[in-house]
Amino acid sequence: MIDLRTPPTVDTDASSVPLKPLGKVLAVTSGKGGVGKTFVSANLAAALAKRGQKVLVLDADLGLANLDVVLNLYPKITLHDVFTGKATIEEAIVKAPGGFSVLLAGSGMVEYSRLTPNVRNDFLKIISGLLPHYDMVLLDTGAGISDVVLFAVSLASEILVVATPEPTSLTDAYATIKVLVGEQKRRIIRIVVNQTARMGDGRAITAQLQQVLDRFVVAAPGEKVRLVHMGDIPADPSVRQAVMRRQLLIQSMPGCPAALAISQLAGKLAETLINRSA
Amino acid sequence: MVDIHQLRLDDARALLGHGALSLPNPGDSATDYLQAVLDKLSELSLKDPLTGLSNRRYFQNILSREIEVVARSGEPALLLMLDIDHFKKINDTHGHPAGDAVLQALAKTLTACVRPMDTVARYGGEEFVIILPSCQGYYGHQVAERIRESVNNATVTLASSETLQLTVSIGGAYAPRWVRSTAELWVDRADIELYRAKTEGRNRVCIEPQPMLAVSAEEKSLLFGPLSLGEPAWIESLAGDGSVGSSGSAMNRMN
Repeated sequence: MIDLRTPPTVDTDASSVPLKPLGKVLAVTSGKGGVGKTFVSANLAAALAKRGQKVLVLDADLGLANLDVVLNLYPKITLHDVFTGKATIEEAIVKAPGGFSVLLAGSGMVEYSRLTPNVRNDFLKIISGLLPHYDMVLLDTGAGISDVVLFAVSLASEILVVATPEPTSLTDAYATIKVLVGEQKRRIIRIVVNQTARMGDGRAITAQLQQVLDRFVVAAPGEKVRLVHMGDIPADPSVRQAVMRRQLLIQSMPGCPAALAISQLAGKLAETLINRSA
Repeated sequence: MVDIHQLRLDDARALLGHGALSLPNPGDSATDYLQAVLDKLSELSLKDPLTGLSNRRYFQNILSREIEVVARSGEPALLLMLDIDHFKKINDTHGHPAGDAVLQALAKTLTACVRPMDTVARYGGEEFVIILPSCQGYYGHQVAERIRESVNNATVTLASSETLQLTVSIGGAYAPRWVRSTAELWVDRADIELYRAKTEGRNRVCIEPQPMLAVSAEEKSLLFGPLSLGEPAWIESLAGDGSVGSSGSAMNRMN
């Protein structure tokens, strides 16, 4: 009989979020998978590094992310070893080819996908400890709007939503924004539109999202949610090439349109987020 | 080529029991004969002998496959775990043959409640699982509730012609959309909900709440349709034809 079993540990604290998101932490999220979230995170980090910023990318998908695949890095020591006390955080941080640092979750982290208060605390401690050493920490979150994703985003002071012009991506980006406004009281959300067909598409998409948001999502009386369009990344055959070769676009084809767009995005982010808070 | 007379097939034939009688004549075609033996053995290894439902092994296969499908397609899939309330008491009061009859009757009720595409399996003991692919959020609770009610309304007639009334507790969890996860985590999450249904008093349904993801049809129509600004510029530009723009705004004026 089920009643005789030891009760499963039910997380009574599932909705808790840290009271104050951490500064200089940017969560990259998307709703739908396969829109280039990890591609943007990795290349954005490389572009920021090129500008002289010290950047760390953290695989916040707890072992289900593709960050290791994108960067072609398979370190022996990962976040999982830090969690299990087998290694220090310094040992788990590796240098990525783009001149930034990476903290990969390791496949064993899947078991931490259930966010107990302890896991949350450990995570918060790790990120807080890392902050003083970097100009910016990027959280490459998982796809979907699971509690892991919401928790990772809750740690960040800034949110970058990656969307593509595809209807499914747009709907999921909109749903994600709604949840972040409702559950985390977010008022500013940054948007980057990947794989745009023409100049100006991204701005139009952000404007469209903003209008629907204005109509259906009430933040609080007198308060408005603002979507900030951070740029477009044009559809570019070089991206596929770089991904297939498992290289960073910023490094292998720095002059292609998509790479230039990401450099521009890095410039804008550095200006608004890093220099402002410095 | 395989010489069928060299193979030791006695154990396989014994396993197939009476089913072995319906095998084709090995003299006609060795290939057909072996194929039939393999098919029947496979069937046997994936079925629960008591209830005729899929067994745990088959369930694990389907569950892992469904995780991949959901991660790729984003189509929501629901896993229900279901446990007969106070089953031990049935066994203790009416004996194990009665318990078996109850399990068989429940298997029939469950199969009748779901779509052909769904997988009903006996997970073990008096615990059953149902995988419902392409199950939208708002249907999940309805389906589970229908199952709970059907079981509640059915009577099981025992060999002694006594009748029994059953109730079940049901826990459910959706596979995380667009995300690669593990079958174990999915089962754990459904199990936690089943535990909740039990502790909240049994004969009830608990489904893991999903974050508020609902995007209404009206919101969708505005996301992709014309707002006050007219046809969204990006839709025009994706069409790759500038002339669409003008006709689009003409449409807007008409509206």
